[in-house]
Amino acid sequence: MEEIIQHLTPLLRDVWGYIFPNEVELHWGLLIVLYPYLTGLVAGAFILASLVKVFNVKELQPTYRLAMLTALSFLLVAPLPLLAHLGHPERALEILVTPNSTSAMAMFGFVYAWYLMAVLCLEIWFEYRKDIIHWAEKEKGIKKWIHRAISLFSKDVSEASVKFDKKWVKIITIIGIPSAFLLHGYVGFIFGSIKANPWWSSVLMPIVFLFSAIVSGIGMVLIIYMIVTPFRGKTLDIACLDKLASFLFYVMIIDFTLESLDFIHRVYESEESIKILAYLVSDKLFVSLVVIQVIMGMLIPLGMIAVMKIMKSPAELKKMIYFIAAILVEIGIFTTRWNIVIGGQLFSKSFRGLTVYKMTFFGLEGLLAGLAILALPFVILFVLTKLLPPWEEAKTN
Amino acid sequence: MKNFLSKIPEQVKRLSVLLVIIVIGFVVVTSYLVPKDFGVLGHYRASAVQSNANKEMHYAGQELCASCHEDILKTKMQGYHKNLSCEVCHGPSLKHTDEPDQFKPNKPRDRKFCPICHEYNPSRPTGFPQITSASHNQRKICVTCHNPHNPTPPQTPKECEACHGEIARTKSFSAHADIPCTRCHEASEKHKLMPREYLPTKPVKREFCGGCHATDAKSAPEIPRIDLATHEPRYVCWQCHYPHLPEAK
Amino acid sequence: MEKNVIELNKKVERRSFLKKLAVFALAPLTVRILAQDEKFKKVKKWILDNGYVPSDHKWGMGIDISKCIGCGRCADACKNENNVPRDPFFFRTWVERYRIFENGDIKVDSPNGSIDGFENIPAKEKILRSFFVPKICNHCENPPCVQVCPVGATFKSEDGVVLVDSDYCVGCRYCIQACPYGARFLHPVKHTAEKCTFCYQRIVNDKLPACVEVCPTQARIFGELNKKASPLVRFLRMNKIGVLKPSLNTEPKVYYANLDMEVK
Repeated sequence: MEEIIQHLTPLLRDVWGYIFPNEVELHWGLLIVLYPYLTGLVAGAFILASLVKVFNVKELQPTYRLAMLTALSFLLVAPLPLLAHLGHPERALEILVTPNSTSAMAMFGFVYAWYLMAVLCLEIWFEYRKDIIHWAEKEKGIKKWIHRAISLFSKDVSEASVKFDKKWVKIITIIGIPSAFLLHGYVGFIFGSIKANPWWSSVLMPIVFLFSAIVSGIGMVLIIYMIVTPFRGKTLDIACLDKLASFLFYVMIIDFTLESLDFIHRVYESEESIKILAYLVSDKLFVSLVVIQVIMGMLIPLGMIAVMKIMKSPAELKKMIYFIAAILVEIGIFTTRWNIVIGGQLFSKSFRGLTVYKMTFFGLEGLLAGLAILALPFVILFVLTKLLPPWEEAKTN
Repeated sequence: MKNFLSKIPEQVKRLSVLLVIIVIGFVVVTSYLVPKDFGVLGHYRASAVQSNANKEMHYAGQELCASCHEDILKTKMQGYHKNLSCEVCHGPSLKHTDEPDQFKPNKPRDRKFCPICHEYNPSRPTGFPQITSASHNQRKICVTCHNPHNPTPPQTPKECEACHGEIARTKSFSAHADIPCTRCHEASEKHKLMPREYLPTKPVKREFCGGCHATDAKSAPEIPRIDLATHEPRYVCWQCHYPHLPEAK
Repeated sequence: MEKNVIELNKKVERRSFLKKLAVFALAPLTVRILAQDEKFKKVKKWILDNGYVPSDHKWGMGIDISKCIGCGRCADACKNENNVPRDPFFFRTWVERYRIFENGDIKVDSPNGSIDGFENIPAKEKILRSFFVPKICNHCENPPCVQVCPVGATFKSEDGVVLVDSDYCVGCRYCIQACPYGARFLHPVKHTAEKCTFCYQRIVNDKLPACVEVCPTQARIFGELNKKASPLVRFLRMNKIGVLKPSLNTEPKVYYANLDMEVK
């Protein structure tokens, strides 16, 4: 109680114009920024993986399993910021037990469970089953038992059963693409369906979320692939990198087009809220939206990749440019989430004033906790790569 | 049958077992965790209505006060505060109805209390009695002159300003500052005691303003003149000019 | 739970349009089933411990802006009655002051939700018009907060009052985001959503909500919406009525008389 008051009191001085008295406290902070960012990475990484299986993009084969594991490790962490931000985390199960059918948020549990169990885990299971059985045969001790348990004590590695696995990986991927769209489109819907908030309320919100998710997912797999491969003493597959960068480029163009459309539409329709939103963009969000999200996170990386595509460049330069572009894209997409979640709460629903968001350092909603949550998927990914090595050489025949 | 079972791939059998366990687990947990009264009236716990109704009350309400303090209510009903609930000034007093001796309601005597409602503020509706406390009997507390249960002042106010603060203030900035209210309004003495029953008069004709502003009026030469015959003959003066601030655009 | 239900031998009243539609569409099949149903089905009514039957009432509030003097007694009484934290960040009701200046500027303020009063600072610009507006949960007939609550912890009771189940609320704050009126906040100690309940503990006991009880100028009127004679119905008959943000189709049950276009 005291803590909240101490946090809120100085904010009163920074309020501009008139906001409703209950609006001084900004309710969805850094943790809720992380949530769409993390689920976006999941959806994006999965779409990337599906390119290999469904659309037969052979060049991306080296990143297929890595993308799947990346998606899984981010998905496992995705509900954590939500849980940590609840006023009563111990009541979280109510969302599964008595879900309100009219609430976009209540569907979270089901969309999440479907995606985790029916798509990601199942696909990984079918993909890895044969290898796991082979690994378990050679191993001893605890690792053998973990692998046996993961394979559900399966033993059949006959040609027919491996063929069955392959067929199902493809089927699940086909189901998985709309599921990934659902997972992230639905996160966009959580915001896009709030009619009280003109910054959020947009029919394009789910689809903008989706494409920015694919952008961030491809970028993240590219970064992980480029960091991990040299560490393992292997060489980067430049054809694979080119393909990743190409897909990144195309999806970024779609994403940028959609975001521009949304922006132009708002300005052209110029509804009641336009004055306060214009002030929001030109003042509070100028750095994070115009400078970081659009220029640094979108236009510069687009330009960088475009130059690499037009001109013949040495592989080393390409790698460096791709890497920098991917890092910029990740920062850009993070600020996209920031600008939506935080930006949507900075202006009053009276359309007459702006409030401020001051992040704390410590505490559950603080920067430290946020960084910890952001780092956690990488830890999980590290463990997963030990348990289910996604590398080519680990495959058994 | 056995033939059919053996045709099912091994993976499907193992996954089916897992699926069945998960589904059964979910169903069992759900049936255990859903509150019994959930969904009886709608998608909520019906008992939540009762728990909202069970919250503790703090205000007794005027009817309850009246059941003991009939005399005060009688006084109050004759004055301007007749519609005022007791607890506006005396604060939440439900406890007082349970333990009349232990818990005594507030009796605000501070000069700051009455101005919460009666201090002049231009946003307040016209006609609501407002004072400027800085110039209103500065050293006395309100209750020395006004009985809060019947606040009509013992002496009727000499000046219109005592009640019509907003108009007086506006007029004091205007070219009409020096004109007394009574030049335009005739107010009977009874208006001071029963203001709504005995309303002051208002001018009704253009010629009234023309008394000073017509081209042929016998008034000071610096007063602006107007030709009543040609100047917007369709309107009466106060449809465009606010008499208490005629300069207003 | 059983004690909370009274059974009345009465025909089932089918109010829902959708239900009617379904009956119409599946007429041949449903007529027989429902005909039987109506004979035997008993209407159940939920009843509170003190005998109050929520479904017999429908509450609403009227606010006459031209009567409000901005004294803030309503906001103060609300905090007293409902144990709302006294800090200036938590309000179930508050009063706003609007000042519209001759040069077109509009200033709105509500220092401490009006509890400490409004300072009379003479502005440089001249005021064109000025007034006070009490704000409160609108108890929407079509409440966006109830629509988005993931667990059913906030709901529209049968008497039209939008309530919160604080023992069930998970504290996700989606309802706070969805409310167009800023009428909700998160209780800093309980960590659950809070809002105006029309002083539910009072209205089920035939008392007025605290803000209505203490309003010195009767700017607030409380009463039944579906009875022929109630102070509120009279208010609705005598005044031209407006509601806040009608374009959002929330269908508020807090009705304003003499509402200004600048009020949002």
